[in-house]
Amino acid sequence: MGKLAKSPWLLHYDGSSCNGCDIEVLACLTPVYDIERFGIINTGDPFQADILLITGGINSQSESVVKQIYSQMPNPKVVVAVGICACTGGVFKTCYNIKGGVDTVIPVDVYVPGCAARPQAIIDGVVKALELLERKRADYAAQKKTAEGEGGTDSGTYQ
Amino acid sequence: MAKQSIVPFGPQHPVLPEPVHLDLVLEDEVVVGAVPSIGFVHRGLEKLVETKDYKDYVYIAERVCGICSFGHGMGYCEAIERVMHIEIPPRAKYLRTIWMEMSRVHSHLLWLGLLADALGFESLFMQSWRLREKILDQFDRMTGGRVIFSVNTPGGVLKDVDDEMLRSLLRAVDELERELRPVADSFLREYTVGSRLHGLGVLKPDQAVELGAVGPMLRASGVRYDARMLGYGAYPELEFEPVVLTAGDSYARCELRLRELTQSFALIREAVGKLPAGPIAVPVKGNPDGEYFMRIEQPRGEAVYYVRANGTKFLDRFRLRTPTTSNIPPMVSLLKGCQLADVPLLILTIDPCISCTER
Amino acid sequence: MEPINEIIPIEMAQFLSTVIQFKMDKMRLVQLCASRLPGQYELSYCFAKGLDMWTLRLVVGEDEPVPSITQIYPCAFIQENETAELFGVKIENIQNDYQNRLYRIDRETPFKEKG
Repeated sequence: MGKLAKSPWLLHYDGSSCNGCDIEVLACLTPVYDIERFGIINTGDPFQADILLITGGINSQSESVVKQIYSQMPNPKVVVAVGICACTGGVFKTCYNIKGGVDTVIPVDVYVPGCAARPQAIIDGVVKALELLERKRADYAAQKKTAEGEGGTDSGTYQ
Repeated sequence: MAKQSIVPFGPQHPVLPEPVHLDLVLEDEVVVGAVPSIGFVHRGLEKLVETKDYKDYVYIAERVCGICSFGHGMGYCEAIERVMHIEIPPRAKYLRTIWMEMSRVHSHLLWLGLLADALGFESLFMQSWRLREKILDQFDRMTGGRVIFSVNTPGGVLKDVDDEMLRSLLRAVDELERELRPVADSFLREYTVGSRLHGLGVLKPDQAVELGAVGPMLRASGVRYDARMLGYGAYPELEFEPVVLTAGDSYARCELRLRELTQSFALIREAVGKLPAGPIAVPVKGNPDGEYFMRIEQPRGEAVYYVRANGTKFLDRFRLRTPTTSNIPPMVSLLKGCQLADVPLLILTIDPCISCTER
Repeated sequence: MEPINEIIPIEMAQFLSTVIQFKMDKMRLVQLCASRLPGQYELSYCFAKGLDMWTLRLVVGEDEPVPSITQIYPCAFIQENETAELFGVKIENIQNDYQNRLYRIDRETPFKEKG
């Protein structure tokens, strides 16, 4: 494993989830499950994040936020959809304000099922994401292309 | 007069596990106004009641929020039971009460952790969440789920417990109470924590009532109201007296939640001791017809469940007014005049639950 | 003794004065919500004092304007905005009016029609 996959930084965003998966993601970071033993640190800053964990489906408001966060993250990056809502929309799929899973907006690399996803499943998903991250980094280094996907800091899209 | 500037806060912010957005109007470092915008997690769950069977809707109601999930399921079921005039068996009442208090323990420990995190007190955050796992293990053992349990149904509960589960629960509560003491001391006696919380965001009793505050916000301001006094579940048969503090500042709100934890331990012990034998559910036949406003004390405060049924298996209207909806106006009023650095703390002291609020 | 949980039907003419009366009695606004009737809306305003709760029940036509109670209870603004946006109830003079942009949903007044 390369340096990147040994110390990835993780960013968590709540699409439109019920909090169930969110608190399980947070529980992963705390002593009992302790995802930090994989060298992972939770960050609040998209510009420094390598792995994006998204919980919950996408609605018309969170769509632009998710897109913006994704575009702000540097390449290579991996997206993990946590919970059934993030995968497909789950029980909320028929709600008038839900567009569907996260993959309707941005490309998703790892799907973690469950309602709510258990910490073990989330950790498993993140470890899978690490392998993908390493592969992406290798491809990225091979291509040697310039960084792309500058998102800018225009706060107007928050509105 | 200093020049005014507007600082956007959220929706993606390190201190917030959930998305909420505030436009903070600042004069130098002082907040002079705050405009909340919500809607990032709005799904439109209340509408689903028109296309889902009222018995199936329990599962949707539980998924309004993953932290308050048990309470939402219970509130919805209690409202349906009031409409249909169903008396649930005593054992179901006690089980609901035990699970409700366990939910309160997990929610308050979660909140304490988030508060410590907002203070930058990382180890205290980790300790609070370490303790929280103990109660989640018990939930896992009793109901099969860690955050969403799906054990409520109109007419009672779906899962029974055995003696081994109860013994294990009591052991966990004892352990938790013992291990909570040093953590509680850190919150209440630590100089750095106190210096951030004392005198921050004082809400006077009149103001709290006028702004519609509920739950710990209201009780920390000296108003004696707790929806558990209304007499649902097994609370009328248990020794229950709401915790009320008078200072009304953030420190009081923190102390109040710590005291409620101790109270919940006592309630769990008492309810387990008195748990009657018998069936856990009564059969429910027919469809509801009528309406009812049910109030339940969630960990974050009073929640109102309104059910309006028309005699078919689909309800006309389900409305959920969550504690955070009521606590946002007091929060906005407290934000005016505070320092920018205190904004995350003040937002946290109402214990916001955004996915509840927006449904 | 069971706490009071009562629904009081009320006419538009007495509505605001009753709300002011409740405010003078130092009641707490518990919640307000709308539900749909054929061609009409039914608005419920719950107020509580201690453990007792009273619900004012107002029935209005689909296009009939409803006065906002935010002049009396400023904390009602979130729930009034929500009612106006999701149901299309014409609530007038809301303090902090979001102009139907509270939730910013794509579909207009989703609760107005059944299904």
